[in-house]
Amino acid sequence: MPPGGRGAWAVGKERLRAAATTEPGRLQILGAVLAVLVVVFGAVTAFEISDRASSADDVVSRSQPLSADAASIYRSLADADTAAASGFLAGAQEPAEVHKRYTDDIATASRLLVKAATNTDGSSESAREIATLNEQLPRYTGLVERARAANRQGLPLGGAYLRYANQQMTTQLLPAAERLYEAETKRLHEDDTSARAWPWLSLAVGVIALGALVWAQRRTYLRTNRVFNHGLLAATAASTVVLLWLAVGHTVARAELNDAREHGQNSLQVLNDARINSLKARANENLTLVARGAVLTDDGKKDKYETDYSTGMGKLDTALAQARELADDDAGRDPLAEAADRVAQWKQRHAGARATDDAGDYDGALAKVIGAQDSTGQSFDQVDAALEKALAHEQREFTRSAGDGRGALSGLPVGAAVLAVVAAAGAVMGINRRLSEYR
Amino acid sequence: MTDDAGVHGADVPAGGPARGPATAGRVRSRPLARWRAVRLKGWGGVGAMAAACAVTASLTLLPLARSGADHALVSGPGTGTAVPVRADTCQAPEKSLAPSTADGPSIAAIKARGKLIVGVDQNSYRWGYRNPTTRTLEGFDIDLARAIATDILGSPDKIIFRAIPTNQRIAALEGDKVDLVVRTMTINCKRIQQVAFSTAYFQAGQQVLAPKDSSVKGYDSSLSGKRVCSAEGSTAYEALERNSFGATFRDEGDGTQADADRFTVPNQLDCLVRLQLGEVDAIVTDNALAAGQAAQDPAVELKGRPFTTEYYGVAAKLGNDDLVRRVNHVLVQYRKGPWMAAYDKWLRKDLPGIPGPPAPQYKDG
Repeated sequence: MPPGGRGAWAVGKERLRAAATTEPGRLQILGAVLAVLVVVFGAVTAFEISDRASSADDVVSRSQPLSADAASIYRSLADADTAAASGFLAGAQEPAEVHKRYTDDIATASRLLVKAATNTDGSSESAREIATLNEQLPRYTGLVERARAANRQGLPLGGAYLRYANQQMTTQLLPAAERLYEAETKRLHEDDTSARAWPWLSLAVGVIALGALVWAQRRTYLRTNRVFNHGLLAATAASTVVLLWLAVGHTVARAELNDAREHGQNSLQVLNDARINSLKARANENLTLVARGAVLTDDGKKDKYETDYSTGMGKLDTALAQARELADDDAGRDPLAEAADRVAQWKQRHAGARATDDAGDYDGALAKVIGAQDSTGQSFDQVDAALEKALAHEQREFTRSAGDGRGALSGLPVGAAVLAVVAAAGAVMGINRRLSEYR
Repeated sequence: MTDDAGVHGADVPAGGPARGPATAGRVRSRPLARWRAVRLKGWGGVGAMAAACAVTASLTLLPLARSGADHALVSGPGTGTAVPVRADTCQAPEKSLAPSTADGPSIAAIKARGKLIVGVDQNSYRWGYRNPTTRTLEGFDIDLARAIATDILGSPDKIIFRAIPTNQRIAALEGDKVDLVVRTMTINCKRIQQVAFSTAYFQAGQQVLAPKDSSVKGYDSSLSGKRVCSAEGSTAYEALERNSFGATFRDEGDGTQADADRFTVPNQLDCLVRLQLGEVDAIVTDNALAAGQAAQDPAVELKGRPFTTEYYGVAAKLGNDDLVRRVNHVLVQYRKGPWMAAYDKWLRKDLPGIPGPPAPQYKDG
């Protein structure tokens, strides 16, 4: 006896070679090869498409919501800072709705930070930013509380605390929130890219399997002059269906995901940017009145907060223009036109408020900034509402398109597996029918 | 906000002979300063050497100075003590015009208008501050402004206050937006070329502020190893640059965009925030402003003595001599009683020990 494996392998090879010398033997081999090919095709398709579908599912139900949450954290923090300054300006007794806005913002940010943390693995970039935010947020709220306490006693120290809180917000918290948003959006793009990757292996195996089936039928036809072998025909039909389903399904999914990215996600990003900048501009506008000319730019020539306000408004204009270019329907464009109008009005009112303040009428300027009617605050609220409307619209667009993309792949893995089994059975039956003619 | 930001050393008093080395110490090139300090030790035969010194200093200081005109050097008036002094340390800038009640064009314009327009601060506690509960401006400067309005127009309420930021004080006068600026404004040589000052109505000086139980005792060696806060570009910061007694007071990136605002801050009041948060141990600032800080925090107090001398004056547009003389007339009356009442009301508690207003000094004629 020759030693184990090698001997068995040699024996198998010998048998195969012996079988290949007779037609029934060759048919048996052919049947086995065809069956294996279609089963492999089905398996690879099921595997690859499951992978794409789960990536598409991640896009819709995990990474995009996380990216949107990160944007919400960013926005809530900026909004809290704006509300803190507005409430401060209103005097010792903060208006209830402004106070509520501030507390809601802080609560939203805290809640979403916990949610983001549970969806993040501990060593990632996102985890670092979440840690920074968790450390800095209580410090920030502490400073705001001190500012309030001092303001209530009528001490100018309150203004200094509020400006320090704002400094912490703009130099520590907001940059961390922005980085978190970028990291989550990067993850979204990764999921999106892997969902859209072509299933090359499935397609290749499919083409080979179909080719083999066609070749086997041609061989049968040449030898028997019989045009149809029912088993092989069924196998070919099943494999063709899988291949077409694969190609069409994935093309549709890609198209929808592209749509979601171009019309949804990109718009969302620009709109978030616009909203953050409008919030920053508003906070700086408020702080111009809180600081009352106490803080100048580095060259000592201009008011720091007024300068920062202008910078924020400039960025807001840019982002709005970009968003209008990206908007692809009236439902998206209308709120943006509204926002642009309100921004223009805001600027005009701001100039009026500045002129009043510069003329020494502080109370008049205050009314023009935080008053209920015809104030810059009213314009800001309208800009914010319009942007929120635009964001909601683009979010719906995104979820719909990405959901459609995910839907285009649903059923394909199971369908491919079932049809592959059918095709394999067909191939085996078709070959068996030929084999039986030799008995 | 007052002089503590944006003055850039223009408030340094005239340097006598003994200030020679200190002036040299302002130079950022240390070896040179040391070299000159060594040379200056041989004070015996001053004459020729001091002249050489002045030349050296002018050659080396000029390119280093932030603004050439302010920091140019001249020799002392041929007395043999030719120690470098800066051009902006003119002779007694606090000398003003003699008081008079005579009407001139600017008084006539105010009377025709029926209101006196005064530029004030609304951020300086105890000096010029908008009380959020009453929504009115109050403080030592505000009382003085009302006294001037009473004298010219007969009523303390015939006045319009315009809150102006620090950097707009001179521009507001030049643009005729205000008649007067009463806003803890330091009289110095650079400013007397831009605006006309009344006689001094308050004497202030740089001083140290620290928690009551602190081991910091004043502007001295007790600052060693402590973290000290000052306003960016302020007289206090420059004093610390000359001699910090071993305290930490610089931020990385001071004077640039990267300034971390830890020890040097945009506004003197920001220092009290840092102190309360335990981020610094002591504050160096103008004692008049420090009094405003101490008034907001019962746990801190002024330490030691003021180590510089600065005078506050009421500013008018250059050339409005009748108005300046009238303000000086008001100040003569004000010093006789109302001044002390205002001091008692706003400042005594946190800035004790001031016996009275500074004596007026007048120019000839």
